[in-house]
Amino acid sequence: MKTPCAVQDRSDRNPVGVEVAHLSKKYENQIVLNDISLSIKPGEIFVIMGPSGSGKSVLLRQIAGLETANSGTVRINGHDPADPATRDRFALALVFQAGGLFNSLSVYENLALYPLEHRLCPKPQIRERVMRALKILSLENAAKKFPSELSGGMKKRVAIARALVMEPQLLLYDEPTSELDPVMSATISEIIATLKNEFQVTTIVVSHDRDLALTIGDRVAILMKGALRTVSTAEQLRRVTDPDVVDFLNPKIDLKNPRYQKLEA
Amino acid sequence: MNKVNTVFEGLGSAVVLAYRAFASLPNAPRIIKRVVEQAFFGGYSSLPIVSILSFFIGAVLALQAGLTLQAVGMKQVIGTLVGESLVRELGPVMVAILLAGRVASATTAELASMKVYQEIDALITMNIPPERFLVLPRLIAVLLYMPVITMIGIVIGWFGGAIVCEYVGFIGVTSEQYFASLTSFLTADKLFKGLLKAEIFGFCIMLIACNTGLRTKGGPREIGFAVTRSVVLSLVTILILDYFITKALA
Repeated sequence: MKTPCAVQDRSDRNPVGVEVAHLSKKYENQIVLNDISLSIKPGEIFVIMGPSGSGKSVLLRQIAGLETANSGTVRINGHDPADPATRDRFALALVFQAGGLFNSLSVYENLALYPLEHRLCPKPQIRERVMRALKILSLENAAKKFPSELSGGMKKRVAIARALVMEPQLLLYDEPTSELDPVMSATISEIIATLKNEFQVTTIVVSHDRDLALTIGDRVAILMKGALRTVSTAEQLRRVTDPDVVDFLNPKIDLKNPRYQKLEA
Repeated sequence: MNKVNTVFEGLGSAVVLAYRAFASLPNAPRIIKRVVEQAFFGGYSSLPIVSILSFFIGAVLALQAGLTLQAVGMKQVIGTLVGESLVRELGPVMVAILLAGRVASATTAELASMKVYQEIDALITMNIPPERFLVLPRLIAVLLYMPVITMIGIVIGWFGGAIVCEYVGFIGVTSEQYFASLTSFLTADKLFKGLLKAEIFGFCIMLIACNTGLRTKGGPREIGFAVTRSVVLSLVTILILDYFITKALA
């Protein structure tokens, strides 16, 4: 189902739910995801946290249908995300860690690509749609710039604007606040929450930014060494007793550790 | 055994890529702009270097042939020798080698960097098949411009030979004699076969370039490796195909 153009009437478009069942993935002999099962409710912000190398981004790529699993399934409202028809039906959008912007296209062209390629509406209406997305992300003056001329924060915002133009029912973010200063991180977190509230889009965020997870996440999953350790609300997460999860959420630096003593010397 | 697997994997993925690209031919009207861009970059922008290269190939060929043929008293057939060599062999092969060095390397570098920097993944999530968006315009463009630039190269090569014959004292063949000799044996059939050869070379080179670029995995270092692989593979393919096409068309 193609989305309506220009003026967005979202009344007929409900947010989607995601079901992950017994998902496992390994590269050669290394197990990256081990029997992951979770259910993401329509319209919620679901944050997947975990230390580096825990398999967060791989899980997100599985949900986006960019990789195939060794076993298990991912379903978006019962449909396979790797099927182009599913992507077409739900306008699944992914904001990549590095933006994934097309470097040979201007910001405007990056945003207009999806509606143009899918012939969603005439060019004047596409322009209206793109300019609206740029305005929401405060990027009106960047329309003619190329990605190489943008700062890290602007690239992330352009990537979010590009996703917004798609009018997705499922919006995925891969490390949206990485490499950003605290102020920009807070801005991006706010944008994610605003978009979810305004457009009622199911949102999955992969991050190791604790502040982002506890501030905007309706539920937070902790992934460690490819296994799911807990899925809980931000409030429940503050009372969690699993020592590994507690250590991850509240890292302590032990200055008596020989490693730090060596650094000090 | 691993290398054999890699070769067959590469061959298989190239065939699949070509199939997927041409399966999206019904969408061709929406890629016209990109076909024109690619034709401009690959064809029009290559013209100066094709012209210089072809001119001097024709000139050197006439010079070398002049030295030998004069010694055996057959300098009047220089035109035939230069003309046929360029049409049947040197024109298509030299333009294809130039294409491999100039266009295939740039194409592989572009697609490989798009792969490494997740632009290809972005296209897939936007439900825009890379085969339609990136590969098909390049394949159509190369099929359009390859015979044209080869023909231009051949003609310029003929003139290079004619100038050498006219102005290098010891050859002493006028341009009228040169062109009379050149046209006496040249037929439309030979010209067609030469251009068909160029067309096949161009298609294979572009397919190899796109396939190598899209199969790139890893970080930025892999982009360089992919470009090297693409150019070497293209050159080897040109020379191997040249033998078989020549044999088939003989």
